[in-house]
Parts: sequence; structure tokens; C-alpha cells
Amino acid sequence: MKRILDAKGLSAAIDRMVDELAGVCPADLPWAVVGIRTRGVALAERVKAQLAAKTGRELPLGWLDITLYRDDLHEMEASPLVRQTKIDFDPTDMCIILVDDVLFTGRTIRAALGALGDYGRPKVVRLAVLVDRGHRELPIAADVVGCRIETRRDEVVEVSMSETDDGDEVVARPAGSGR
Amino acid sequence: MPRGKSQFVWTRRHLLGLEELSAEEIVHVLDTAAGFKEISTRSIKKAPALRGKVVVLLFFEPSTRTSMSFNLAAQRLSADLLEFHTEASSVKKGETLIDTGRNIEAMGVDIFVIRHAAAGAPQMLARHTNTCVINAGDGAHEHPTQGLLDIFTIREAKGRIEGLKVAIVGDISHSRVARSNIWGLTKLGAEVTLVGPPTQLPGGLAGERCRLSHDLDSVLPEMDVVNLLRIQHERQGANSFPSIREYSRLFGMNAERLSRCKDDVLIMHPGPINRGVEITSDVADGPHSAILQQVTNGVAIRMAVMYLVAGVKPEKGN
Repeated sequence: MKRILDAKGLSAAIDRMVDELAGVCPADLPWAVVGIRTRGVALAERVKAQLAAKTGRELPLGWLDITLYRDDLHEMEASPLVRQTKIDFDPTDMCIILVDDVLFTGRTIRAALGALGDYGRPKVVRLAVLVDRGHRELPIAADVVGCRIETRRDEVVEVSMSETDDGDEVVARPAGSGR
Repeated sequence: MPRGKSQFVWTRRHLLGLEELSAEEIVHVLDTAAGFKEISTRSIKKAPALRGKVVVLLFFEPSTRTSMSFNLAAQRLSADLLEFHTEASSVKKGETLIDTGRNIEAMGVDIFVIRHAAAGAPQMLARHTNTCVINAGDGAHEHPTQGLLDIFTIREAKGRIEGLKVAIVGDISHSRVARSNIWGLTKLGAEVTLVGPPTQLPGGLAGERCRLSHDLDSVLPEMDVVNLLRIQHERQGANSFPSIREYSRLFGMNAERLSRCKDDVLIMHPGPINRGVEITSDVADGPHSAILQQVTNGVAIRMAVMYLVAGVKPEKGN
């Protein structure tokens, strides 16, 4: 196991994300923050709080469960648990800041864009991720990245956040030893 | 902030009844349905989970609401849908059913939803075909999705099932709704009291898990939930109670009886209601009534059940 970010590094990475987001989101649109379940939600809450403090904007917060939109749903051994999605605002014509912990193949983001489209038609979607670990399989890129790392394809990158885990950190583990 | 993760893996290809489900399996369906409920509130009420799957509704008994609910649930998950409504022939039911099932299966389908007047028909279909089978009501045996949606509605209103006192009132012995409720509720730790005329209270396994009473007024004040069953004229040979008026006087829910219930009592009915018989209009349409929530939740429960059974590979499931 190797540690990629400790608590301090994670906090600094979120600070950078918030700084850059203020620059890439169109100023003339209303913004909202949407986290992808599970770890993207805690991250989205922090991004929203800091971004609201920095810009003074009202920022609705939602979260998205992408299970039903996965492209490998029918190949899985059993139906994975579906958790609740909560988007209680209309994203149509807004700038949606989509937040996830790790960007890897890009398939989660493809699914999230499909799911988001079923709630309305955002004017702009910006993607903010804490860690970009490479190995993209789809033509998808993040607008804002907290930390870029080189990984082997079979490694597992895990983000822990104190809201749901024991503390803040990002680690990479060899395959098959994940949580 | 939502949290928590379930390591539980669903392994059943069929939902035939709640008697065979564990408490953990029942809770898993309820949790899954909670995730699906929100889909019905979106601007685009559809998710692609069953895209390319075919759901067949085999209704050998008349039904509007249950078949509409399954129909809508299948469509909200993007499944294709075939509907087959017919009255079963009274002779050779078994042979007809298996032949029908195999013929439709040969066209390439994924889920059978079956309602049949004969108890055990869904089990027979599951044994003789390779398709997922969901029981939408078989005779006086079980109606598992109704039981699940009732329990879901109670959990949503009360936040728990364990320790709740639930009365099921009416013609228990003819009621598949009662049977599914009894199995599900008692497995999750509710205390169930069955209330009805002596001629309509059941014996048997399901009945043994409950308290029995012939006197609604004596049990009402302690109940958290009162679930009123519909009088099923079609499932009774000879009337097992003297008159509708007498039934209503002894077992009907009305404003006067409601005033002697707990302040937060939940009044339920699987529908369609006979207004003025099992329940008066003021109670059915009043603030304690969960009747329309039950209907809303039914779609989410049926989505969850179809999603779960369709996800199990034939060679892995049981």
C-alpha cells in the first residue's frame, strides 16, 4: 500500500479544486453541485461549502446513484444495491458541477451524465475529481483535478473521507486487497 | 448525508411468497425499493436497468391496479412488455398453465408476472420453465408484492417495523394479502393481531404467529397500524358472515372508532375499498389513511423485485 495524499494533502487538493472551479464555471449561470455516490457525496459536500463561502453563491447540492446506468449491469453476478438519488432541483439551464472521488476508465462519468440527463438538461456540466489515475477507456476528461497520479491498471485507489470513514486519506493498493 | 453499505447479495430468481424469504432478504427488497421510488418523481420517469429484457404479465384472474402497477414498474425500468389476460379454464388448469408458459418462454422472455386463482400456480410455472417468476397473487395463498409494499409503507411512516403492533382486520382466511403481511411483518419483529369473525380467522402456520381476536374495539387502542382487508365476495363460496351491515357494524373502520385509536395510527387498505363497508369515506380520505401511499409505493416495490430477480444468472440462482 502506498499513501498518495494524507489529510493535509487532501485538504490542499480540495482547496485547489475550489479555486479552479470558480474559474471554469460560467459566471452568468446558476450553479449546483452533484456528487456521485458513494465517496463523491462527502467530497461534493466539502466542495459546495468551500465554493459557497468563496463565491457567496447559493449552491444546491444533490447526489446521484449511477447503478442503473452502468454499462456492465447485465454482466454482473447479481444486481448491485441501488441507493437513493436526491436531486430536488431542476438542473435545466444550470451549470452542474459533477463531483467524484476517482477518475479511472470514465465509465462512471458516462453513466452519471446519462442519469443526470433524466432530471433535466443542464446548460453546462463541469467535472471535478479529487484523483485522476489515468487508464481512460472513454473520451472523457475532468475540468478540475485535485491530484494526478500514475497507477498500474490493476491497482486499487481508495479515497477515505472522515464523513464516512476513519479519516481523510488517499491510498493505492495492489489488486485484491481493497476494502 | 446518506451512508452505509450492504454486503448482502440477492440470489433468488423467483419471488413466490414471503414465507420463504429471510428477514434480511425482505429488508433488502425494501432498501432497494427506497432507491427506486425517486424515479417516479423525475421529469423523465425511466431508468435503463431492464433495457432489452421482456416482462410478461400473465393474469388468469381479473386485476386492474396490480397489473397496471407491474406494467408501469416494468416500463419505468425500460423493459419490453407483453400482457396476457384470460380467465383460467376450470379443468386441466395445470396443463394449460405450463403449456402457456412454455410457449411464451419459447419466444424469448425474461420475467413472468403471474396472477392465478389456484394457489401454487406460480410455483408450478417456476418449476417447469427457466424464466424468472414473480407471484402477483395465487388463490388464497400469497400476494408477496402487496405484503412488501404494505411493510414498506409502514416502515416509511413509522421508521421501523420491529415492536410495532399491527392489526389485520377482515376475512383473513381467504386473504393472500393477509398471509403475505403476516409472514413479512412477523419476520421483521412486528406483533400482529388478526381480527375478524370466527368463521374467517385462519388456523395453520401463519395464524400461529399471531394473536387472534373477534373484538375489534378491544384491540384498537393499542394498535400502531390497522390494515383493513377487502371483503372478497368472489373468493367465498357461501357467505361466512350474516350480512354486509353486520360486518360493517362489527369490523368497519369509522370516525368514532378512529377517535379511540392512537393519535398516530396508520390506516391501510389494499384496495379497492368498499366504501362504507370496511372503511367509511371520511377515514379512507382522512389524514391517518395511507391508502394512496400504498399505491405509489407499489410501483417502487415492483421495480425493485423485477430488478433483483432479473439480475440473478440462471445457473447461480435458486
